Amino acid sequence: MAGNTNGRTDYDVIIIGGGPGGYVAAIRAGQLGLKAACVEADKLGGVCLNIGCIPTKALLSSALLVGELKDAGGHGISFDGFTADLGPAQKRSRKVASRLSNGVSFLLKKNRVDHVEGYGRLLGGGAVEVEKDGEKRRITAGDIIIATGSRPRSLPFLQIDEERIWSSTGALFQEQAPETLVVVGAGAVGMEFADIYNAYGTKVTVIEALDRVLPLEDKESSRAVAQAFKRRKMDIFTSARVESTVARDEGVTISFTDRRGKAHTLDVDYVLSAVGRIPNTEDIGLEAAGVKLTERGNFIAIDEATRTNVPGIWAVGDCAGNQLLAHKGMHEGVVAAEHIAGVGHHTVDYGNVPNCTYCHPEVASVGLTEEQAREKGLDIEVGKFPWAGNGRALAAGDSTGFIKVIRDKRYSEVVGAHIVGPHATELIAEFVMARHLESTVEEIDRAMHPHPTLSEAVAEGALGALGRALHI
Amino acid sequence: MEALSPTMEEGQVVKWLKGEGDAVAQGDILAEIETDKATMELVARGEGVLRRVFVGEGAAAPVGDVIAIIAPEGEDIGALVAGLGGGRTAAADGAGASEADAGAATEAEAAAAKTPEASVAPVPDPTPVAPTTATPPTPTRVKASPVAKRLARDAGLDIATLQGSGPGGRVIKRDVEAAARAAAAPPTAAPAPPVSPWPAPSDTEFEDIALTQMRKTVARRLGESLGPVPHFFLTVDVDMTRALAARKRVNELLAARGAKASINDLVIKAAAVALTHHPECNAWWQGDSVRRFHRAHIGVAVAVPDGLITPVVRDAQAKGLGQISTEVRELAGRAREKKLQPHEYTGSTFSISNLGMFGIEEFTAVINPPEAGIIAVGAVEERPVAVGGEVIVQPRMRVTMSCDHRVIDGAQGARFLATLKSFLEEPAAILM
Repeated sequence: MAGNTNGRTDYDVIIIGGGPGGYVAAIRAGQLGLKAACVEADKLGGVCLNIGCIPTKALLSSALLVGELKDAGGHGISFDGFTADLGPAQKRSRKVASRLSNGVSFLLKKNRVDHVEGYGRLLGGGAVEVEKDGEKRRITAGDIIIATGSRPRSLPFLQIDEERIWSSTGALFQEQAPETLVVVGAGAVGMEFADIYNAYGTKVTVIEALDRVLPLEDKESSRAVAQAFKRRKMDIFTSARVESTVARDEGVTISFTDRRGKAHTLDVDYVLSAVGRIPNTEDIGLEAAGVKLTERGNFIAIDEATRTNVPGIWAVGDCAGNQLLAHKGMHEGVVAAEHIAGVGHHTVDYGNVPNCTYCHPEVASVGLTEEQAREKGLDIEVGKFPWAGNGRALAAGDSTGFIKVIRDKRYSEVVGAHIVGPHATELIAEFVMARHLESTVEEIDRAMHPHPTLSEAVAEGALGALGRALHI
Repeated sequence: MEALSPTMEEGQVVKWLKGEGDAVAQGDILAEIETDKATMELVARGEGVLRRVFVGEGAAAPVGDVIAIIAPEGEDIGALVAGLGGGRTAAADGAGASEADAGAATEAEAAAAKTPEASVAPVPDPTPVAPTTATPPTPTRVKASPVAKRLARDAGLDIATLQGSGPGGRVIKRDVEAAARAAAAPPTAAPAPPVSPWPAPSDTEFEDIALTQMRKTVARRLGESLGPVPHFFLTVDVDMTRALAARKRVNELLAARGAKASINDLVIKAAAVALTHHPECNAWWQGDSVRRFHRAHIGVAVAVPDGLITPVVRDAQAKGLGQISTEVRELAGRAREKKLQPHEYTGSTFSISNLGMFGIEEFTAVINPPEAGIIAVGAVEERPVAVGGEVIVQPRMRVTMSCDHRVIDGAQGARFLATLKSFLEEPAAILM
C-alpha cells in the first residue's frame, strides 16, 4: 500500500544490519514514506547499543561515581567500609542496553519498518537472501543499504578467546573486577575500559604501539590524559610492542618491549585486546552484487552520499570505513535514506566528525589537530583555556584539562577544537555546529554563554585563539 | 490522525462535530477523538470545507493516517481521494506530488505525530490539503555563512549576488570559492553568433533556452527586489534644452582629448552631485540599518547578450564628464565581453538605467538591492509643452525614480528629483 514499490519489489529499501547506521537509515526511510525492511540476525541496536557505546557509558558513569565517592571527604561524606563491586554495575549496564534495544524495536514499528530477523546476504540486483535457522528466503527492493558493521580485530600474538584474552565484549560481561589487567591499545575503547577497571580496584597496565595514548587526538590531549591516568596509578607504556601472550587457566603471561627496547613480562589475570576493529564485509554477498571494497582495510568503498559502485546499493557505518563511530554511521544512514527517497540534499562531511572518549577526564575533538594544521601549512593561531580558569569546573571539583581552539587566521575559521576535561564530549557539539555553519571564532565569543557554566570555557577557548581570553 | 498525546499510536473517532460539506475555519473543533489517555478535541489546522470523512464515528485510525480532507470548495480532490489507500504516504502519492513533495508532506506529518500534547494548537496541518501556494518568508538579509562573508569581502565579491548552495539558498564557503574562481578564470570565448540578415527559419513551435547563470541571477535578484522591496515611483519631466547645449559645448572642448559625452553621462554626473545634496537617497537598506553614503558610486545598467549588469562609476560626483564618459564606455565594453572584475560591478550606491536609445519615453526600473533608489531615464524627445500659457516645442526627457520606501519617503525622493531636474535644466548649477 505505502511506498513506491508499485508491486515490482517487496520493498522500496532493504537495510542489511540493525546497528546504529542501519536502524537510523530504516527510521528515516520510514519517515520519508518508503516501505523499508531492516534485516538483523542479532539484537537490534547492533554493537553500539548492546555491547558497545551504551553499556560502556553506563559502566563509565559507575566508575566516575566511584572515583567521586573516594574523594567525597571534602563534601563531608565519609564511609565505613567503602566497597565498589563491579557485578551490580555490570547488571545495571545490561539493563540500560536492553531497554534501549527494545526502544529501537518500537521506533522501527512506529515508522512501519519491517524488522526481518535473519542473516542478510546480497544476491545481486535488488535481491537479498535472509537466512534464519537454516531456512533461506528471498526479498527484493529497489535499493539496498548495507550496514553490517565491524568486529574487534584479533592479532596473531593476541588471539581473543574472551576467557583470558578479552575483546571489549568480554570486558563487558565480567562479574568481578580482577586484580590485574593489561589493556593492549590506548584508543578510545582501551582507555575507557582501563578507566572502568581501575575505578573498581584493578591494577591496570596500558600498552600502546604508537607514541602516545589516544593517538588520533591532539598531542596535548594525549599528554593530559596520560598524566591523569598515571595519577590514578595506572602504568602506561607507549611505543611498546607486544611480543607474545600466553593464556593459561589462571591467567595470562604477556611479554612486550618498551620504547627503549627493554623487555618486560607481566603475569596478569586478564588481557583486553583493544587494537581496532575490522569490517564485516565477508559472506554478505558483495561479490555476487559486484560491490567494490577499498584497497586498504576491506571496507566498502562509498562516495560522500554513501553510494557504492553499484547503482541502488548503498553502504553506511563501520562497514563503509572512514571513522568507525556510531554517530558517523547514523548520519550516513540518514543521508542514504534521503538520497534513496529523492530528497537527499546533503552529503556526509567527513572532516567534521567529532571524536569522543568517555574516560575520566573526557576527551573530545573535531577538525584538525595542531600538528595536522601546521603540516597543512595553515596560518593558525592557537588558544588554550585551562579548566582551572572556569568557575563552574572549580566548583564541581573537576578542573583537569583544557579547551584548545585552533583558528585559521585568514578567515577566522575553526580549524580544530580539542577538549580534555569535564563534559568534553557534550561541549564539543558547539564546535561541530560552529564548523558546520561556517562560523568564525569571533562569533562563538559573541554568542553569549551562560555563567557560571562549563560552556563559558568554549567562548574562552575561542577568545584564546584570538589572543584575548578573559579569565586567564 | 493527529497525535493528541505523546504516546498515542491510534485514535478512535468518538464524534464528528463537523459534517461533510461544512465550512471549517482554522481552530474549529472537528471531532472528538479518544486517545490512549483521554478524549481529546481534534482542531482544524487549515480552513476550507470538510470535503470527505474517511473514518466514521466509532472507527479508529493509526496516527498519521488521513481521516478526512479539508480543502477549498470546488477544488478537485479526486486525485487525492483516489490515491488514498489510508496511509499518509498514499495521501502524498495520490496528490500527484513529486517524490520530493511526498517526502516533505510526510515529514510534516511525522513532525505532527511527534508533537507533544502540550502544544496541540500549533501542530502542522494534518489534513492533506493539496499544496496550497504558501508564501515563502520574505528574506530580509542575505543568507550567508560568516566565513563566506569574509571570503567574499576578501575576493571583492558582493555576497548578495551569489547563488547559495546551502540550506535555503544560504551562501556558503564553497559558493564564494567557486565564484572567485569563475571571476579569476578568463571568460570562455562565446561562439560568434551566425551573421544572417534574416532570422533562421524555424520548424518548431518553440525553443527552450536553458538559463545562463547570469539569467538566473537576474531573475533571482529582480524577484528579491520586487518581492520584499516596497517600491514607489516618482516621475519628473525635464526640459533638456540647456543640457543639450551644455553637452554640445562640452563635447567641443572634449574633442581635443578624443572624448565624447552622452546625455546619459550628463545624467550620471547630475545625479551623483544631486545625491551628495540628498544623502537620504544615496543609501543601502541593510535589514537592521540604513547606510547613507557621502560619495556617489553610480551603477550604470548595461545590456549584455544574456542579461544586464551594472558596472559602477565610483565617485561620480567628483569626476568630469570626459572621465565619466570614458569609464562608462570602457566598463560597458568589457561588460559585454564578460570581462568585468567583481569590484567593477559591486558597491554601487545608486543606479541609473537608460533606455532612451531604444526610444522608450518613460519606464520604471527595478531597484538593485541593497540600494534604495534607481532612476529610469527615457529618451530625449521634442514634445509640445505649455510654458507661460503658450504651447511650445522643447526637447524633453522623463526621469522616473524607483524608491525603496523603507529608506526613502515620498518627499525625500521628490526633493532629490527636483534637484536633479534643476541641474539638468541648468547644468551650470552643478558647478555651484
